[in-house]
Amino acid sequence: MIAIVAWRNIWRHKIRSLVVILSITVGLWAGVFMIAFSWGMYKQYIRETVDTQLSHLQLHHPGFEDDREVKYLLANNLSMMDDIRKDDRVKAATARTVSTGMISSPTTASGVTINGIFPEEENNVTKLASRIVAGKYLDSAGRSPVLIGKKLAVKLKVNLKNKIILTFQDTTGEIVAGAFRVAGIYQSKNTTLDEMNVYVRSSDLSQLLKVENAVHEIAILLKDDSNVDGVKEKLKEKFPDVAIKTWKELAPELELVINSFNEYMYIFVGIILLALTFGIINTMLMAVLERVREIGMLMAIGMSRVRIFFMIMLETIYLALVGGPLGLLIGYFSVKWTGSAGINISMYSEGLAAWGFSSIVYPELDSSYYLPLTLMTVFTAVLSAIYPAIRALRLKPAEAIRKI
Amino acid sequence: MEVVIDAHNITKVYNEKSIPVNAVNGVHLHLERGEFTALVGPSGSGKTTLLNIIGGLDHVSEGQVIINGTDITNMSDNKLIDFRLNNIGFVFQSYNLIPVLTAKENVEFVMLLQKKSKAEREKRVLELLREVGLEDKVNIRPSELSGGQQQRVAVARALASKPQFVLADEPTANLDSKSASNLLDIMARLNKEENMTFIFSTHDQRVIDKARRVITLVDGKVASDEKR
Ligand SMILES: Nc1ncnc2c1ncn2[C@@H]1O[C@H](COP(=O)(O)OP(=O)(O)O)[C@@H](O)[C@H]1O
Ligand SMILES: [Mg+2]
Repeated sequence: MIAIVAWRNIWRHKIRSLVVILSITVGLWAGVFMIAFSWGMYKQYIRETVDTQLSHLQLHHPGFEDDREVKYLLANNLSMMDDIRKDDRVKAATARTVSTGMISSPTTASGVTINGIFPEEENNVTKLASRIVAGKYLDSAGRSPVLIGKKLAVKLKVNLKNKIILTFQDTTGEIVAGAFRVAGIYQSKNTTLDEMNVYVRSSDLSQLLKVENAVHEIAILLKDDSNVDGVKEKLKEKFPDVAIKTWKELAPELELVINSFNEYMYIFVGIILLALTFGIINTMLMAVLERVREIGMLMAIGMSRVRIFFMIMLETIYLALVGGPLGLLIGYFSVKWTGSAGINISMYSEGLAAWGFSSIVYPELDSSYYLPLTLMTVFTAVLSAIYPAIRALRLKPAEAIRKI
Repeated sequence: MEVVIDAHNITKVYNEKSIPVNAVNGVHLHLERGEFTALVGPSGSGKTTLLNIIGGLDHVSEGQVIINGTDITNMSDNKLIDFRLNNIGFVFQSYNLIPVLTAKENVEFVMLLQKKSKAEREKRVLELLREVGLEDKVNIRPSELSGGQQQRVAVARALASKPQFVLADEPTANLDSKSASNLLDIMARLNKEENMTFIFSTHDQRVIDKARRVITLVDGKVASDEKR
């Protein structure tokens, strides 16, 4: 009966209760959606980064990791590649010659990383060809072609077929320079990286370095994200002298995003719930104070304090139990809907694009988050009910009844 | 005769303002089972204060209250709630009923607090509502009942817990004279049929006329106590 009384009590002030319920609903909805939105954004960013930049695993000479000097070559890279390709968890693998240097046009110069690639293999791993926006991708035809990013092309004021000079050190420390012709211009989601990376054929670069088949880096794309650690272990056994890093180790900031996402989410929802707490306390306090005489009467006829406390708590919990799941449900469906349709943020995304974020976001939230969110909401409601309920308990029946 | 209320030297001083108010001053009250008593006196004479004390809603400044053999003078507030539930029926001037419950549920409520069985509740609730002439208003909420009907539900509710006595503070103050005398007739009948002890405060001469004992308070003291 107390449960019934409590339930009916919240409908005595329909509008007031609805306002509380709706604020819980909207609060949680906004919370769920914002979390799903940012998770979708980061997830896509990570996906993009792994699929087009980092790959799942990269192999280097241990020395290369620290100072990226050209002398740290991967010996036996041909047999390594054979071994790697034999593993059927590997989707694609490619070798690269990597050198740091300078790109110069007639007007200006800029520091760049020069990537000597095997065009076809490279495309299998990073889909580089798909990012060509002008000209064509590298192939075996032509003399010394180079791919440069669109932003760099603008900066250097060069166009397709123009000549540029790449200057860098060879393995002995001598400065070497080579003339290349712009064969294609590419554009990725991360314009910052576009400005810093140019692509030439590995064979052309090897020649300038005066080393046959110079390889500094092997990048491996797997069929399944979850195999990263397994494949890494296996490669470690096979090539004990080679430094092998997973994408998480290569870009620790990405792992940080993933790991701190939970905390971020709980803090975010916590702030929303904290704001709701004040609304709930205020409403319930009003509900208690305007019923002073009634509560006094209930105490007079023998309703114990425990029961009155319980009744007020229940009223609050009901408000949360109506508003909370409703908010989560609306949140769930709006995440589902926008998650498949995507949200175009290109209007606001220019700044984000520089950092590699996509302009269409697909919000996503793992269903395992919904239960803790529900529990947090109920917990908040219980917490906010305590003070109003205690106020109700402090009433003295003889005084409460006298009050008009 | 069985003594229901035995109160000695009841004194209540309110100290809330700078000047202490001596609301009740050395009252002795002795009520036996089956009495039908009116407590009368001008406004401010201490009727409510005295009723609150013998009803276990308030504590005395001095004196002793014994209800049906139990000394409640120094009982804790929490124990008093339980004591009231099982020993005293209340009818107030207003705000008697739980607005979100129907007439039937209101009467049933105290029996639920007492953890009475469903069968017992059903039987007694309908019986009581019939006694107060509201068998056709069982499922109506208080807001749709007239003032007189609401007070009759309150009387039924007061009796539902099978208390030692029913205490009513100005139960007719908000009623027209017809409803007031109707309510008193019902109370008088329940007093006879169930041998229920009633004590009620009032201003209304026609209500006073129905009492079999009239205690008059003036300035917190008993000025007269007559049986008829
Ligand atoms: N809570 C209180 N604090 C101070 N004085 C009070 C309080 N309650 C009642 N009084 C005073 O006690 C006296 C008796 O009041 P009351 O018992 O309500 O009389 P009645 O019910 O006969 O009108 C009055 O003078 C009243 O002002
Ligand atoms: Mg009074």
